[in-house]
Amino acid sequence: MAWFRKEKKPRLPRHEKHEIPPDAWEKCDRCGHTDLREKFVRNLNVCPNCGFHRRIRASEYAAILLDEGTSEETELDIRSTDPLGFPEYPARLKKATSAAGEGDAILTFTGKLGGMPVCLAVMDFAFMGGSMGSVVGEKIARLGQLAIERKYPLIIISASGGARMQEGVLSLMQMAKAAAILSQLSERRVPYVSILTNPTTGGVSASFSMLGDAILAEPGAVIGFAGPRVIKQTIGQELPEGFQTAEFLLEHGIVDSVVPRSELKQTVGQLLRHMSGKEASAGWTTT
Amino acid sequence: MASATQLEFEKPIAELERQIDEIKKTAGDSQLSVAEAIEPLERKLEDLREEVYRNLTPFQRVQVARNPRRPFTADYIKLAFTDFIELHGDRAFRDDAAIIGGWARLDDDTVMVIGHQRGRDTKEQLKRNFGMPHPEGYRKALRLMKLAEKFHVPVLTFIDTQGAWAGLGAEERGQSEAIARNLYEMSQLQVPIIATVIGEGGSGGALALGVADRVLMMENAVYSVISVEGCAAILWKDAKSPEMREKAATALRITAPELLELKVIDEVVPEPKGGAHADHETAAKSLQAVVNRHLEELRKMRPEKLVRRRRQKFLRLGAWTE
Ligand SMILES: [Zn+2]
Repeated sequence: MAWFRKEKKPRLPRHEKHEIPPDAWEKCDRCGHTDLREKFVRNLNVCPNCGFHRRIRASEYAAILLDEGTSEETELDIRSTDPLGFPEYPARLKKATSAAGEGDAILTFTGKLGGMPVCLAVMDFAFMGGSMGSVVGEKIARLGQLAIERKYPLIIISASGGARMQEGVLSLMQMAKAAAILSQLSERRVPYVSILTNPTTGGVSASFSMLGDAILAEPGAVIGFAGPRVIKQTIGQELPEGFQTAEFLLEHGIVDSVVPRSELKQTVGQLLRHMSGKEASAGWTTT
Repeated sequence: MASATQLEFEKPIAELERQIDEIKKTAGDSQLSVAEAIEPLERKLEDLREEVYRNLTPFQRVQVARNPRRPFTADYIKLAFTDFIELHGDRAFRDDAAIIGGWARLDDDTVMVIGHQRGRDTKEQLKRNFGMPHPEGYRKALRLMKLAEKFHVPVLTFIDTQGAWAGLGAEERGQSEAIARNLYEMSQLQVPIIATVIGEGGSGGALALGVADRVLMMENAVYSVISVEGCAAILWKDAKSPEMREKAATALRITAPELLELKVIDEVVPEPKGGAHADHETAAKSLQAVVNRHLEELRKMRPEKLVRRRRQKFLRLGAWTE
């Protein structure tokens, strides 16, 4: 493809730089560093200056972890209903669907990671705060079942504020449902890697998120059962600096490792190869 | 019995109780005439209790479920079991008094009983942290469940908590992991498990004792993913007003009959007239009979079948379309 390289526009002279549309620029929420959006994207939405991990969508995680052209989304048609007749829930679902796209707060895939077939579930915080209702639980249960049948390792990426209040106790029960499928997975010795991203709190944190054979967390992610605001309210004082971050959890022995987004694929591959008796991978390409 | 814990809608009942007490006190030695005088009043009291309790709203049920005069885990243990010996601690950090447990006998057979424990007075409430466990509480519970499994003994749990404790230490010691671990281990425990929501079943802190072959609920107990106050605060920015709390309690479908319909629970255990707090002994007898019946069924199943069916039960829960 070298032949058209010459056609590329020459670099813009300095004084013309302001003509780049303003929405092409983005600012880091943590350090204020401003850069071209393209540069953020190329860096997997990690700030090139301070390493802050911005929140990304489920499909973007799938693209990061799965080998190009291998990913296939599963259970596309399953949708939330309103089992309790909860005030405004159908309207909220509609809004979430148009804002975040189809598929509820989780997408599930099969695909290959470094040539190894895997089952991957990724939560999507953009859909009602990644809240776990019946659909999230059911999609995890079905993907877990598929992982058992095919003996594919399971990977789940969490991003959630907790259980979905609008489905009441049925949401709470999804925690038990996920645990039930994972205990079966474990019985068949199918490896499971859990990846925690910002934020992983409430019911999701107290279920499949904490049940990985390996538990990884992205740098700076807030992870805990009770949200920081609730704790502050309960104890009536400010929380210590860095409380409930991925690094805090590592220090307290709750996660195995804090892994930057750029190294996720390689790390998960390495773990899965150890746990499924496969040889070490020779040459890793990380994106 | 009238005190700060008096529920608004129970005031007519309390008033009648007071009148009866008064007559008894002033009567002195003339027992016979007293009996005659209070008999119609007692009948009236009975009717009133039935009347009030037949028409409880969901939020009134929450108030009943939280009532400190209700029987707690320790009361059920005392009234429905014999030969109890309490076991303490998680063998790692400390003993969490918000959960109690130990060996006991139900009609001569050994069982493992584990439950949240609240307190009646301030001192006890502080000791028990209002029945809100720390991670070590769930870990103690799991230790006792594994102990029961080792000796092929069924596990009976009692759920009575507003939820997990939202504090620094609880998070530092892996509250999420402790709850998750219980869900996971309970879904593969090789002995029968029967869980009963006896008061308020609040969120993950409740579910950590709730993955069972049979899930029962006392008639006036509630079981919820979030407190009604929490729900009202999120949806309507108002956790205090009775109207909003009632609205939340109604929307969340937290009462025993509603949860039976949603298949989250298997049976509603009847309470005596006027609620379990009106008559602890009758409440305990009622629960004992239902637990016994389920236990008899479960004891007949081989462990593999038990575990398979328990998993299926939870894997089926939820509602969706496709
Ligand atoms: Zn930055």
